[in-house]
Amino acid sequence: MKRLEAAFDRGKVLVAYLCVGDPSVDESVELARSCVRAGADVIELGVPFSDPTADGPAIARASQRAIAAGGGLAATLRAARALRAAEPHVGIVLFGYYNPLFVRGEERAAKEAAESGVDALLVVDLPIEESSALRHAAAAHGVGFVPLLAPTSRGDRIGAVRVAAAEGPVPFVYYVSVTGVTGTTATDAGKAGARAAELRAAVGLPVVVGFGIDSREKARGAALGADGAVAGTALVRAIEEGRAPAARAEAVEKLVRELRAGVDEARPRASAS
Amino acid sequence: MSKSPVGYYGPFGGRFVAETLIPALDELAEAFGTIVRGEAFQDEWRGLLARYVGRPTPLGEARRLARAIDPEGRALGKLWLKREDLCHTGAHKINNALGQVLLAKLMGKTRVIAETGAGQHGVATATACALFGLPCDVFMGSEDVKRQAPNVGRMKLLGARVIPVESGSRTLKDAMNEALRDWVTNVRTTYYCIGSAAGPHPYPELVATLQSVIGEEARQQVLDQQRALPDAVIACVGGGSNAIGIFRAFLPDAQVALVGVEAAGEGVQTTRHAATLGAGRVGVLHGSKSYVLCDDAGQIQEAHSISAGLDYPGVGPEHSWLKENGRARYLSATDDEALAAAALIARSEGIIPALESSHAIARIGDVARELAAARGSPVSVVLGLSGRGDKDLSTLLARLT
Ligand SMILES: Cc1ncc(COP(=O)(O)O)c(C=O)c1O
Repeated sequence: MKRLEAAFDRGKVLVAYLCVGDPSVDESVELARSCVRAGADVIELGVPFSDPTADGPAIARASQRAIAAGGGLAATLRAARALRAAEPHVGIVLFGYYNPLFVRGEERAAKEAAESGVDALLVVDLPIEESSALRHAAAAHGVGFVPLLAPTSRGDRIGAVRVAAAEGPVPFVYYVSVTGVTGTTATDAGKAGARAAELRAAVGLPVVVGFGIDSREKARGAALGADGAVAGTALVRAIEEGRAPAARAEAVEKLVRELRAGVDEARPRASAS
Repeated sequence: MSKSPVGYYGPFGGRFVAETLIPALDELAEAFGTIVRGEAFQDEWRGLLARYVGRPTPLGEARRLARAIDPEGRALGKLWLKREDLCHTGAHKINNALGQVLLAKLMGKTRVIAETGAGQHGVATATACALFGLPCDVFMGSEDVKRQAPNVGRMKLLGARVIPVESGSRTLKDAMNEALRDWVTNVRTTYYCIGSAAGPHPYPELVATLQSVIGEEARQQVLDQQRALPDAVIACVGGGSNAIGIFRAFLPDAQVALVGVEAAGEGVQTTRHAATLGAGRVGVLHGSKSYVLCDDAGQIQEAHSISAGLDYPGVGPEHSWLKENGRARYLSATDDEALAAAALIARSEGIIPALESSHAIARIGDVARELAAARGSPVSVVLGLSGRGDKDLSTLLARLT
C-alpha cells in the first residue's frame, strides 16, 4: 500500500498490465522489470482466467496461452514474489477475476498476496457490494483493494467506492474509459481523463484511466485529467508479436517509454527516490 | 424459504460482473419489478402464451412409456408428460424469450442479443424479435453451430444474425462469454436476453418467474386429472430454467419430490460430463455464485454432453440452493442413457424428444422405484418434457440406427 501511495505522491502514474505466464512465468517477471526500467510505477500482474469476459481477443488469447504454460493464481503469486525481490519499490497490483481467488479461499489468497509483496487486489468481476469478505481479508493483511468505476456508473456507485475506502485501504480507483472490453480502440482518452478528474473530486482518491491506452497521445490525454494511465492490451500485443525474449523485452521497453513520455507531458513527476 | 439478501438464494446468486454492467442490472431489476409484475405486461405476455405459443401445453398420461420403464407397474403408477415440446418453436425457451423481448421493447432497447447452446433459446429469441420488430444477434459456439444445424437455419430465416464463437470449448459457455462482451460494449442500447435461470441477479429470478407458467399449469392439470399431487416431478437441468419453471409451483408441497437430472456425458467419473451439481464445487461463473465445474486453480472446465443444451459447466443459483437445503435432488444420466431413453419414448409414445429432455426420461424408473419402496405403493410422476427432438435428428439417427 505504501508503495502505491508513494507512486501517486511522486506525480502522474503509469500502470503496466501483463498477463502472467504469457509466454512464461519467468519471462513475465523479466518483462515486468523491463516495464519498471522504462518508467512504469505500478505493475498489474494479471492472473490468467479461463473465461475472461471483460477482456477483448488479445488478452483472452494471452490468458489461454498463459494457462497452457502453467499460469494461474499460484504462478502469479510466485511472479509477484520474484518481482518484489528484484524491485523493492514498484507498486504491485494483483489483477484478475474472482473465481480463482474464491476457490483458493479469500483469506488464504489475501495472506499469500501480502506475503508475495502484492500491494493491492483488483478483481474485475467483483463489484464493491459483493467484495466485503475479500476486502476485509485483504485489509487484515495490509493489502489494498482497487474498485472500478465505468462511464455508466452513477452517483450511487461513487457512494459505494467511498464506503469501501472507509472500510479498508483503497489506494486508487480504476476508471474504465469506455463501455467495452479491453483492447478497444474507441477510447477518447481526454474525455475519460476529464471524467476521472471529476471522480477524483467526488471520491477523494487518485483515479487512473484504463482500457484503450495504447499510445503516447492517449497516455497524455488520459493523464491530463486523471492521476495516471493504464496500458494493458498494447503491451500484451507487443509480447504476442515478439519472436524471442530479447525482441519482446525491447518492444515492451520501447512502448513503455513512449507511454511514460505521454504521461510526463501531462505533468512531469518529481524525480523518483 | 430464505432470508438472504436481494438477488441471493441462500448463499448463492449475486452479481459478479464488470462495474460497467451494474447500472444495467439495476435498471433491469427495476423494470422487472415495475413492468413485468404490472398488469399491462402480464396481459400481453399471457395473451401471447395462449394465442401464439399454444399454452396451456397438455399434461398427458404416458401409459406405454410407463409400462416400458416398469413392466409390472409396481413402482411407477402413473406417468404424466408436461408437453413443452408442443410449444411454438419446440421447447419451453419461448416462454422466457417472449417475456424478455417484450420487456426489452417496453424498456426502449433497440437491439437484442442472446447466447444459445442447442439453438432453442436462439430460435425462441429470434422468433420473439421478429414478432416485436427488433434486430437480434445470437452468439453460438461453433461446435454447436455444427451439431444443431437446423436451428441455425431457423434463426437465419427468422432474420437473426448467428455469430459463431471460436474460443474455448466452442459451446454454450463460450457463447455466453461473447454475449457478455457484446453487452458490456453496447449496454446502453442493447438488451441481453439470457436463456436460462442463470447469470447475475436479476436474471435467475426473471427467467424463473417467466418459466413458472410450466409448473403453475402442470400442478393444476395433475390435480384435475388424478385428483392428487404427484409423488415426484422430474426435469432435466442445464442452466436450470425448465426445471425451476416446473419446480416452483411444487416447492411448498413438501410431499412432492423434486428431481433434477444433469448430463453425465461419458460418465461423472470421467472428465467428460456436465454434472455441475453432482460433481462440481461452489464457484463464480457468468455473474453468479453457484456450483461450477472448475479445477483447483479456479479455472472453469469444459463440460461435455451429447445434448448441446446441457453442455454447460455452470447452473442457476436457485438449484444450488435447492440442492444444499435438500428440497430438490439432482441425479444425472449419461449420453448413452439419454439416447436409449429417446428411442424408448419415440417408440412407446410416438414422441421424439429433445436430447436434453431425454436425460430426465432416463431417470424416471430409478426415481419411481426408490419412492415406491419408501411409500409402499406405486407412485405418480410428472415429467417435464422440455422440448422436441427435431433439432437432434442427425445425432439421433447417427447414434441410434
Ligand atoms: C429442450 C431443452 N431442454 C432443456 C434445455 C436446458 O436448459 P434449461 O436447463 O435452462 O432448461 C435446453 C437448452 O437449450 C433445451 O433446448
